Amino acid sequence: MIDLQGKKFWGYRRPDGRVGIRNHVLILPTITCATKVANQITELVQGTVSFVHQHGCAQVGVDYDQTFRTYVGMGCNPNVYAVIVVGLGCETHQARSVFKEIEKTGKPVKLVSIQDHGGTLDAIAEGAKHAVQFVQEASMLQRELCDFSELTIGTECGGSDACSGLSANPAVGYVSDEIVKMDGTVILAETTELIGAEHLLANRAKNSHIAKRVYEVIEQMEARSVLMGVDIRSGNPSPGNVKGGLSSLEEKSLGAANKAGTSTLNEIIEYAETPTEKGLVWMDTPGHDIEQLTGMVAGGAQLVLFTTGRGTPTGSPIAPVIKITTNSPIFEKMKENMDVNAGTVIEGTETIEEVGERLLSEIAAVSSGKLTKAEILGQHDFGIWRIGPTF
Amino acid sequence: MWCFSVLKYIVLTERDNVATALENIPIDSEIQIPLKNNLIKLKQEIQFGHKFALEDILKGDRIIKYGETIGVATCNILKGFHVHVHNLEGTRGRGDKV
Repeated sequence: MIDLQGKKFWGYRRPDGRVGIRNHVLILPTITCATKVANQITELVQGTVSFVHQHGCAQVGVDYDQTFRTYVGMGCNPNVYAVIVVGLGCETHQARSVFKEIEKTGKPVKLVSIQDHGGTLDAIAEGAKHAVQFVQEASMLQRELCDFSELTIGTECGGSDACSGLSANPAVGYVSDEIVKMDGTVILAETTELIGAEHLLANRAKNSHIAKRVYEVIEQMEARSVLMGVDIRSGNPSPGNVKGGLSSLEEKSLGAANKAGTSTLNEIIEYAETPTEKGLVWMDTPGHDIEQLTGMVAGGAQLVLFTTGRGTPTGSPIAPVIKITTNSPIFEKMKENMDVNAGTVIEGTETIEEVGERLLSEIAAVSSGKLTKAEILGQHDFGIWRIGPTF
Repeated sequence: MWCFSVLKYIVLTERDNVATALENIPIDSEIQIPLKNNLIKLKQEIQFGHKFALEDILKGDRIIKYGETIGVATCNILKGFHVHVHNLEGTRGRGDKV
């Protein structure tokens, strides 16, 4: 069934031409006040997903824009067949505005407002009725054979240890280069964890403008710690990173940058923005696992490769996250959370290229429907990178 | 791209002045470092994933791994000793030093 050799997979073609590797009906609350209703709908209707958050009101300027872009991006992600946008009615982030943006993709979308529909119970009923119809429609869609060039893959490392930069991250780097060669898109993120490795990326930038942006983006992130008058090491590397042998942010960054392989850096995009270029793209996100994951998925990533040395359960409500361990003991210890072991590189039983090829096969399988451990465990993490205060 | 044989440690480039342990290595172990043409006796036990000095590193000297600077020494570190947060200081994102 699955054509692994040809580096193709079975995906769902969407009205806007993009390809999804999942077929979710997303109940999207655009305000914290609507998360209860959204989650009640998922309990009533099998085959729907949602997430909890605490945003959507009293936000202004670039912070408002970034949160808005994240909501819209989650709804537009091609892994989502249909969306029910749930709002309260009086909030800053108007559900109707989010609804209108998602509608442009041509996918089925409905709007439910708690105040307009007369309260919690009526809103749940209204949303659930639409959801029943969407879930049945989604179940009738057929997958079709798609090319790796239609994939946008997010890369991430979380709970890093000293092996991250030796085994799993270089293996992801190999995969990144292969995906780029096949005309696909790879997103590198976590700006914080590139501090100290920026010169290596700037040297690979497509042009001098992007090279200059590399230094600017790093400077902005570093300036935040200066503004706060704190040593960035009080938060990153984390206590677990230090226990694993990482001594400084620079050391962590040099290991993390390996995920980006050796390809040309084609573009730098803002948090939750959709890349306009193919190939290797850098999204400016913090190192926080869930915030960067959310940014990349809202930016259109259908799949995320996540390396870990300490072990994390991380998953997304709408995108499969393939968890890759940097060492074999953590793969054994947290087997129910982990998908692929790159620790064999440390033991000398496999090369980085061999692990990379295994990963490419796993990408084809997961893109064609194989469930990841985080999906099976229902790990629906969601977190928005806030860049301004709440008013 | 590097490839490991069955090694207890790894030195990533010739410029590096630290090695990373790939298993727990006991104190007093004698380790041959071909890349550095050097024999080292470990002065402390080195845990899996942690680093040890390949040469004497003076206070203020840069500590090199992956051929790049990962921080500076906050005191003199003799060959064979553990290199970590107690004697290595990152220089980036240091809002506390402004």
